[in-house]
Amino acid sequence: MGLLSDPNRRRALISLLTRLNAPICVVCYMAGVAWFMGLAFEPFTLRTYMSENAMGSTMVEERFPAGERALATGREFSAHKKKAGGMPVDWLVKTMQSQGLEVFTQRFSRTLPFPDENKERYMVKGTNVYGILRAPRAPRTEALVLSASCIPGDNNNQAVGLLLGLAQYFRNQVYWAKDIIFLVNEHDLIGMQAWLEGYHHTNTTGMDWSPLQGRGGSIQAALSLELSSDVITSLDLVLEGLNGQLPNLDLANLFYAFCQKIGVLCTTQGKLQRNDWDSVSGYSHAVQTMMLMVMKQASGRPWGDHGLFLRYHIEAATIKGINSFRQYKTDITTIGRLMEGMYRKLNNLLERLHQSYFFYLMPSLSHFVSIGYYMPAFGLLAVILLLRALDLWVQLASPPPRTEDGFVDPEQMSSPGVLSVLTPLVISHLTGVALYTLPIRFQEMAVEHFPVSETEAVVLTAIAVYTAGLALPHNTHRLLSGGGTEQGWKVLKMVAVLYLAVLLGCTALINFSLGFILALTLVPVAAFVTPHAPKALSAFVLVILSPACTLLFSVFFFQELQEMPISFLDGWMLYLSVISQGILDHCLYGSLVYPLIALLVYPCWLLFWNILFWK
Amino acid sequence: MAAPLTLLLIVAITVRAALYRSSLADLISERVEVVSPLTAWKRVVEGLALLDLGVSPYSGDVFHETPLIIYLFHFLVDYAEMTFILADVITAVALYLTVKDYNKQVFRKQKYALEADRYPLDCLELIRSPKEMFYIPLKVAMFYLLNPFTILSCVAKSTCGLNNAAIALFILSTVKGNVLLSAIFLSVATYQSIYPLTLCAAALLYLMQRQYIPVNFRRASFWWFIAQYAFMYLGSLFVIVCLSFFLLGSWDYLPSVYGFILSVPDLTPNIGLFWYFFAEMFEHFRLFFLCVFQINVFFYTIPLSIKLKEHPVFLIFMQLAVISIFKSYPTVGDIALYMAFLPVWSHLHRFLRNIFLVSCVLLACSALFPVLWHLWIYAGSANSNFYYAITLLFNVAQILLVSDYFYAFLRREHHLTYGLYLKRKDGSEATLVLK
Repeated sequence: MGLLSDPNRRRALISLLTRLNAPICVVCYMAGVAWFMGLAFEPFTLRTYMSENAMGSTMVEERFPAGERALATGREFSAHKKKAGGMPVDWLVKTMQSQGLEVFTQRFSRTLPFPDENKERYMVKGTNVYGILRAPRAPRTEALVLSASCIPGDNNNQAVGLLLGLAQYFRNQVYWAKDIIFLVNEHDLIGMQAWLEGYHHTNTTGMDWSPLQGRGGSIQAALSLELSSDVITSLDLVLEGLNGQLPNLDLANLFYAFCQKIGVLCTTQGKLQRNDWDSVSGYSHAVQTMMLMVMKQASGRPWGDHGLFLRYHIEAATIKGINSFRQYKTDITTIGRLMEGMYRKLNNLLERLHQSYFFYLMPSLSHFVSIGYYMPAFGLLAVILLLRALDLWVQLASPPPRTEDGFVDPEQMSSPGVLSVLTPLVISHLTGVALYTLPIRFQEMAVEHFPVSETEAVVLTAIAVYTAGLALPHNTHRLLSGGGTEQGWKVLKMVAVLYLAVLLGCTALINFSLGFILALTLVPVAAFVTPHAPKALSAFVLVILSPACTLLFSVFFFQELQEMPISFLDGWMLYLSVISQGILDHCLYGSLVYPLIALLVYPCWLLFWNILFWK
Repeated sequence: MAAPLTLLLIVAITVRAALYRSSLADLISERVEVVSPLTAWKRVVEGLALLDLGVSPYSGDVFHETPLIIYLFHFLVDYAEMTFILADVITAVALYLTVKDYNKQVFRKQKYALEADRYPLDCLELIRSPKEMFYIPLKVAMFYLLNPFTILSCVAKSTCGLNNAAIALFILSTVKGNVLLSAIFLSVATYQSIYPLTLCAAALLYLMQRQYIPVNFRRASFWWFIAQYAFMYLGSLFVIVCLSFFLLGSWDYLPSVYGFILSVPDLTPNIGLFWYFFAEMFEHFRLFFLCVFQINVFFYTIPLSIKLKEHPVFLIFMQLAVISIFKSYPTVGDIALYMAFLPVWSHLHRFLRNIFLVSCVLLACSALFPVLWHLWIYAGSANSNFYYAITLLFNVAQILLVSDYFYAFLRREHHLTYGLYLKRKDGSEATLVLK
């Protein structure tokens, strides 16, 4: 408390912080970025280890034998799918019933706010089929889910085949203590959303679905299978869910442990782990893997069918079979054994998975960075904002310089009116509200008047509103009768900087990656924008570092990380589709990234834009 | 001054009415920061339902409001929204009148002191001008009515707004010098939530100061006045308590309301300090720590009233803050009440030391409450420690805020006696250090 109460030491500290403000800020920024890059360096990371006792030491045997039969079922499913032109409901019901499961179906329908051009759907109608294997050994209060989605075309048939094969095999075992639900969902995430909402009796997105006729207990964990070939070379684990939520790390540990035991190649973000961490290429490989995870998490969208389970406090992951040109192939029996082993371990759980980490980044499947290690990187960026705010506060609080006559300039003395700060705040937030509501509201009108499709109309309206916001400073000034004072912009900047700090802090807690990427671009803007800087150059920098441009760069960067570089034109098209996907994710699944950017981050950025053009 | 106040009231009522109509109202009324088990409207509705069925509303462990409240809403349940808006308006107007009156007295006192040349010469810049004091009452009303905390509390229909109204009326009648009304409203406030009991010291000091009764334990007039006030206070409390008994026909409500406040059986998370501590503690020590925690609220009355003997209104502010920090089920509505007084002390700003830090922390904490709640309850990825950490930080910030104001107030008084530019004995510039 000495620091807070001893006036001399306080004065020394504050004068140090204000005198060296700019260098400290630069050092903090560098240190933040360096810390973040260091996270991928293997000696700084922790090895993964199983924390959950019930899954760690217990031994299970895997004996699943019927891989060939599963493939045959998959082919049969494929044939029926082609015949039915969609989900072969009757066949699935009959097959599951013949295996002795309790089978139910759920119909759902949903009209998207605008057509989804990536997946070519607008009015979606479908049916989910699920069978429940009742636990023979326990009072059926808990359940596990295994799901595979029914995708049009030749994809994912093997996954459904394996699911049915596992159902058949599990039915004959006596050791199940939790209900196991085998779910075949149509229209991937939309079907999953309908099923989960039906299961939990909620309706958050206004979707139509028929109520579920049968239920198991409360779902403890879920795995989602994606398998499109008869043999695979490696299995990929997808963790990122809605709003960047991740399942408990123990689920990843479980997968990794079984891959090691059975001898299957396993990857995360499609990257194998390498042992040469001390070489440059090994380190850059780890960075690449981690950055892929960061980008995927920051996007806030579910990267597999499991993504929506996480919202209901259910630990879930997607397991994806990959068939590349490697020599060493794994057959479907082995994958079946792996799944059996994982379910038997999950079956042993006595309580929800909670022992291990929920906040982590993975530079490889065997190493992770926990929240305590990565938060300082963000903290170093956030502290810049606080330092700048402190600096402004000191400038505002210190008495104004006296003129030569010894009189205080009366203009300087008058504190800026509340209005001069409130007006930009209100106007920029109204622009944010326009950005949030107008694109969907005005698509019909836009389609009538311009030769564009609905999706393009939505995206282009969004971009138009976004750009129109840049004209804001002029309008704000017209509303304010008098010109802004020197004090005025300082107060506004202090408010904006604190606002940004709180905003980014909250974002980083929910979705670290999003918070960090936004901080990386917005913090320099916030720290150094003043009305006295050269206008054209600063305006250019400000636009380059605005949220929309950050998204554009992220699109290219993501493609680069996936080793699929694209031309500028393709990148632009991808950028447009990413925006439309973002809006769709918000409308369909309740992803928060679009409202966050539109309603909070963009208005905050506009405040800095306002400061630059302060008159 | 009536026109701006009317405008302010219209704006405040519009904001509240609009929020009542929006979908946010349901969301807000579920927030643990805004409603406590004592003040939740949902529980009042439950109590009303029980009452209508002819069952005691205190059977079961849901309803914990006082009988008068439930009978009030028995008649007003259809106009609940209006009642809560009205309560806020009453509080704001009462605070407005209070501060107006108080400022007049402060100014008068300052004038006498100036005429008597009691202030050192270099203190002239500390003298308050009528111009700066003119808008303070309006600012106080604005701080109360447009404070997001008050708005949230009103939209959630937290009965905290009614308690605030009772306390505000008590302060108003005290400052106006009406002994009887002061005692009556104090007993109403005490009846509502026990803790305002500690305000009686401040009220006594103020009323005695006003009636020129010296605070001297050897004087008969001192004790006579205390006896009078105590009689009025206890008498009206007795009347209210008996009235409640006759309304309900049983003493059920005593353990269910006051027992509930004092023994803290409901550990639903809130912005206070009790829930986590008592959830973690061994049952064996519960009683001991219960006493320690509860004494906290009452204990500060003694040192504060000794130190602030001459400044009872500042003492009321301090007491309100202490109550809202240390009470067993605090909500943001309680905080809003003492925050409304901050403009009254705007002349202390030059002596505040940590106001920037504290306001940053308060701001950040208010934003982090819902975020960490989401992570804990919905996402399941964080746990109660995260939420409690923020609660703790929030309360530390409040304590720093209050102690900062306390220090600034004392320092200004010190300067008014000894001069603004203090010199050490050797002639160098001295600084005041709080130790």
